[in-house]
Amino acid sequence: MLSLQNISAGYAGRPVLQNVAMDIAAGEFVGLIGPNGSGKTTLLRVISGVLPAWQGEVWLGGRKLREMGRRNVARIVAHLLQECALGLAFSVREVVLMGRSPHLPRFGRETERDFALVASAMDLANVSHIADRPITEISGGERQRAFIAMCLAQEPRVLLLDEPTSHLDIGHQLSILNLLRNLNRRARMTVVAVFHDLNLAAEYCDRLVLLDRGRVVAAGTPVNVLTAEMILGVYGVSVLVGRNPLSGGPHIVLAPGGCPGIGHESAIPRHN
Amino acid sequence: MSHRCGKKNLAVHGVLLLALVAACLVSLLAGAVPLPADDVWHSGILRLRLARTLLGVVAGAGLSAAGVIFQAILRNPLAEPYVLGVSSGAGLGAALAMVLGLGAAGAWTLPATAFAGALGTILLVYALARTPAGAAPVQTLLLSGVVVSAVLGSILMFVVSVAPAEKLHGIVWWLLGNLQIFDWGLLRIVSAVVAAGLAVSVLFARDLNLMALGEEPAVHLGLDVEWTKKLFFLLASLMTGATVAACGLIGFVGLIVPHTVRLVAGPDHRRLVPASALAGGAFLVSADSVARTIIAPREVPIGVITAILGGPFFLGLLRRRKASYRD
Repeated sequence: MLSLQNISAGYAGRPVLQNVAMDIAAGEFVGLIGPNGSGKTTLLRVISGVLPAWQGEVWLGGRKLREMGRRNVARIVAHLLQECALGLAFSVREVVLMGRSPHLPRFGRETERDFALVASAMDLANVSHIADRPITEISGGERQRAFIAMCLAQEPRVLLLDEPTSHLDIGHQLSILNLLRNLNRRARMTVVAVFHDLNLAAEYCDRLVLLDRGRVVAAGTPVNVLTAEMILGVYGVSVLVGRNPLSGGPHIVLAPGGCPGIGHESAIPRHN
Repeated sequence: MSHRCGKKNLAVHGVLLLALVAACLVSLLAGAVPLPADDVWHSGILRLRLARTLLGVVAGAGLSAAGVIFQAILRNPLAEPYVLGVSSGAGLGAALAMVLGLGAAGAWTLPATAFAGALGTILLVYALARTPAGAAPVQTLLLSGVVVSAVLGSILMFVVSVAPAEKLHGIVWWLLGNLQIFDWGLLRIVSAVVAAGLAVSVLFARDLNLMALGEEPAVHLGLDVEWTKKLFFLLASLMTGATVAACGLIGFVGLIVPHTVRLVAGPDHRRLVPASALAGGAFLVSADSVARTIIAPREVPIGVITAILGGPFFLGLLRRRKASYRD
């Protein structure tokens, strides 16, 4: 579905990504993890084509991304931003309807099919009951679900998400991640998401890609990527990696202040 | 859903159209001199008032639409031709043409020079506010607008100060903003430019919705953001330039009208652009009726009236924005 070949990219002469390569198959749920500034968001922007790569090539469904044209890309890839500051009081329904834009004829109006897709996207994201409320007057969790509904109305085959749950409480976090898992499993939607919470990433992703200072340092199943050595090396933090008793997946236990028995304080490298 | 939208469109636009017609009727009947009972047309008074009313409709519509466009493209509720300095730029262009006597070359010279001034200004303001990465943060954009506006205002004062004495009164009176018009040719050009600008804006209004979402989300939804910005800067400059050429600096119309209309028509630009144009026409024509009658037989420049209404309106919005936005 997606293939990145030797991508280097950055902003105004400041390189962020160096020689990043990865392949993502259709229907995969991939998590991008790594410390702040490691290039996760930049990588997502390169994949969606907003930020042109300095070097390398992004392939989307067998075609070169940079030769596809914005509207054609938007019919395949939807991108949920970390935060969307919309100052105007559009209703939730109007915002979700904007997701249909790449599919509408240039000067045409929405058809019944578009309204039907919007209704089912709002059902899936659980925002139908607030369809007519202004987007500016709903809670952060509701707003995030509204923008997810907008992305779903886009009928994407690839869904990119930048920290989809970072400002939400655990109830909303799980409801959104369960929604994404359902879309991924039932509709075979390819999902690529940036995560800060390693445990959530471990639970929901088929595969994790660990970035550090613009390079891929590990990629594979959560069990293979989330090892105590790897986390110490990249984040500079000693942790205990156990098992989630409910799911069997890897579970990271933090050691506040460097607890004895997990690692000696002197053994922890200073992170700069 | 689509059905309901259609009905709402019809209702909002119908009511605003009625308001516009009513404002025009009042404007034709009101004035320092009563209309003669017989031979109304040949007295000339009605013809002058008709020209004035028409200009009010066109200018109000043009300035309001330009306000809607700037607010959407720059994602700032306080953006407006006057605040961004675009009106000052247009005024400087037209004033130069007047002082240099270019007006004799044809009725189109003033709108053309004003358009050049308006477009030059918005491009300058935008270039000043633009970061190397390509985005133009909204706060710096407004700030550059204020500064550019102040500089252009000073140059404008200089141009006026060196104007020949016989032209001075006319130029000053024009700058203060008023709807008196003696040149039907100019009125025709201005009307045509604003009508065309409105038509294209309505055609592309859906893109304004995406721009209001933010530049990056708009790109994700398949919009060619750079092209859209250019198109709408051009349209807004055309409408502002034409309006300023005919009736000088009339501030805050592009702020008051769109914000008020949003309360009834909602933020969807496919509805908002035509609704603001209708409401802007009604507003400016009504303001002119007040300007002509409040201290009759003397007249208040209409720019004074819109500024007195608009200043507090701007501050109110600023306070509300401070309260509700984190930035």
